[in-house]
Amino acid sequence: MQGFGVKIGLAAGLLAAGFGATPAMAEKVKFEFWYGLSGDLGERVQDACKKFNDSQANFEIVCTSQNGYPETVQNAIAAYRAKKHPAVVQVFDGGTLDLMLSGAFVPAKKLMEDNGYKIDWSNYFPGIANYYATAKGELNSFPFNSSTAMFYYNVDAFTKAGIQGAPETWEDVEAAARKLKAAGYACPFGFSFDSWATVEQFSAIHNQPIATKNNGYDGLDAELTLNKTKLVDHLTFFKKMTDEGLFVVKTKQLGMDVVPAFTSETCQMIQSSIADHGTIGKTIKQGAKWDVTMLPVWKGTARQNSMVGGASLWVLNNRPEAEYKGAAAFLNFIAQPDMVEWWSTVTGYIPVTKTGFEAMKAKGFYDQPAFKGREKAIASLTFTPTSANTRGIRLGGFPQIRKEISDAMEGIFFGKLTVQAGLDQAVERGNVILRRFEKTYAGKVLN
Amino acid sequence: MNKRAVFKSWWLPVLFALPQLLLILFFFYWPAISVFNWAFTLEPAFGGAGERLFVGFDNFRDVFADSEYWRSVSLSLFFAFTATGLSMFIAFILAICVDRQLKGSSLFRFFYIWPYAIAAPAVGLAFRFIFAPESGLIAVVNTWSPDLWNPAKYGSHAMILVIICFAWKWIGYNFIFMTAGLQSIPRSLLEASSMDGSGPVRRALDIQIPLLAPTLFFLLVLNLTESFVGPDTYGIVDLTTEGGPNKATDVMVYRIVSEAFRGLNYSGAAAQSLVLIGLIMVFTFIQFRFVERRVHYK
Repeated sequence: MQGFGVKIGLAAGLLAAGFGATPAMAEKVKFEFWYGLSGDLGERVQDACKKFNDSQANFEIVCTSQNGYPETVQNAIAAYRAKKHPAVVQVFDGGTLDLMLSGAFVPAKKLMEDNGYKIDWSNYFPGIANYYATAKGELNSFPFNSSTAMFYYNVDAFTKAGIQGAPETWEDVEAAARKLKAAGYACPFGFSFDSWATVEQFSAIHNQPIATKNNGYDGLDAELTLNKTKLVDHLTFFKKMTDEGLFVVKTKQLGMDVVPAFTSETCQMIQSSIADHGTIGKTIKQGAKWDVTMLPVWKGTARQNSMVGGASLWVLNNRPEAEYKGAAAFLNFIAQPDMVEWWSTVTGYIPVTKTGFEAMKAKGFYDQPAFKGREKAIASLTFTPTSANTRGIRLGGFPQIRKEISDAMEGIFFGKLTVQAGLDQAVERGNVILRRFEKTYAGKVLN
Repeated sequence: MNKRAVFKSWWLPVLFALPQLLLILFFFYWPAISVFNWAFTLEPAFGGAGERLFVGFDNFRDVFADSEYWRSVSLSLFFAFTATGLSMFIAFILAICVDRQLKGSSLFRFFYIWPYAIAAPAVGLAFRFIFAPESGLIAVVNTWSPDLWNPAKYGSHAMILVIICFAWKWIGYNFIFMTAGLQSIPRSLLEASSMDGSGPVRRALDIQIPLLAPTLFFLLVLNLTESFVGPDTYGIVDLTTEGGPNKATDVMVYRIVSEAFRGLNYSGAAAQSLVLIGLIMVFTFIQFRFVERRVHYK
């Protein structure tokens, strides 16, 4: 069924080329797609748009980068208020609830049904779909670029320091860090104040809640609880390691973020998104040996699945009906296995559907040296069925809560705050944001 | 007797003023009214007037009850006064030097103006690279003694960094006005005083500063307002420190913009904007009431 859409598209394209601009074909329906990716990844989105435009003759998608996830949401809001909004917009994980409660979108399921596409919704990995779905499991938006946090390490450095295999626990990471330090490496493990890997993903794989009410899924009156979980011990460990010089803070403000710190071989271990797999391969010194593995857990922890990160595609309402036909065609187009494979190859994002993943595995994609290890991201995402703590995070104003968490980490690692005081500060300020969000959307029910 | 020309037509002046009036209406009064509207309601990000909730002064109460807010106010005041002082002081020294026709003055006069033409985010980006404690040009000082300069770690250093950025950009602007002002001071006054044996500092203090007072006052008002609420401050903070470390450079403009657009809290940000507008009015009033008294225009 999936190849069929493409074939029809191709046939239509050929027909159009054959007959030239017949009157019926001349009027292409144009619609807009705004996205947040920029740089190399932004170029790849443009490629995807071009592939869609070349594949059929009825629609023309106009893709515009807004240079950043928050900017895309802001600009879409401004445009929506002025009734000049795009038909499709890319929204990052943290903005999901803002969109859900906006009432400004056409749910993914409804859009596809209305336009006669049959989508096998259970084909999406549950760990990915749950983040963007209603309580009933119906998708509101289309998972597009999905990732999860992984652990990268420099195999050359490990060999030199006499370390065998990938670290599986944080105890292993500590032991490796000590050996690397002894072998003369100044930065065994580099980390930043990004809450996504260190707080959110850590909490998920250790089955710890971020907030009450099942991380916000059961109501807008959720409260942050991350100051009362294993996270406290985890950050205390980070702090101790930092004081000993085994873990080193790497941020943009200091001059180098974690990924450049890894690719310049300054730091030998980092946690970062699987989406950086491609970038690391391209920018690290040729011939350098490195590998990627699942995030470590504390010894004795029953590992849970990690959470999906990245962004999904939302279709905004109040556009002309014809544009929805185009939007549905586009969303169907990018969900085809060959497009899923292409997108995953050129970016490093993971395939979001089971068939897409299986097809890539069968083709031997993950056996190629350049892409080896990327399948571990799927393994991490699907490690267990999702629990209440690993389904996702449904908190209002979440981008700002993330900022409060990273501010608190600055206070903990650079200032005079203790770990507990820092997390208490983040929770207190974060709860203020949650209460205001609850008041703003009073009467709205999460579904 | 009365020779004043009186124009009877009322529509002609209105017609001439119309473009300007429309601009002010669309870009000032209209937004100001929406801000006023939002400040007393809880505005959902995507709109939806039907569900809009009137909450009275709740947003203001929340703002005033937040200790972080007051910290932000004091940071903004500190930033505004220090950045203005630094920028005007250095610009004045440069202007005096150029005015004395020292060697290369005309070349410097040309170059000093340039920084103002650079957009604030570009300045911020450049300064972030230059002043990055581990990889910037300044990193060398940290080899003498660790953490001698680390704006990512110490709030005070971060504040110094944003002040330097702002001052650097505004020196050019202040310099143009001061040079022009200095050139209009009669040479004979300066020549007479130097014949009486006064040095450059004495001449600056007794002749040039008093005669330049109207220009200096104008620049003071402008610099203070601009550093307090201007887009340059936002651009610089956004690109260098992002308000950190742990909110040490979270000045009011940065706070408002990030709360409104990153946090999608339009109502809270609107309330803060109104408070900011109020503060600016008080600020300007004080300047005109007390500082301007000491300025003599003739």
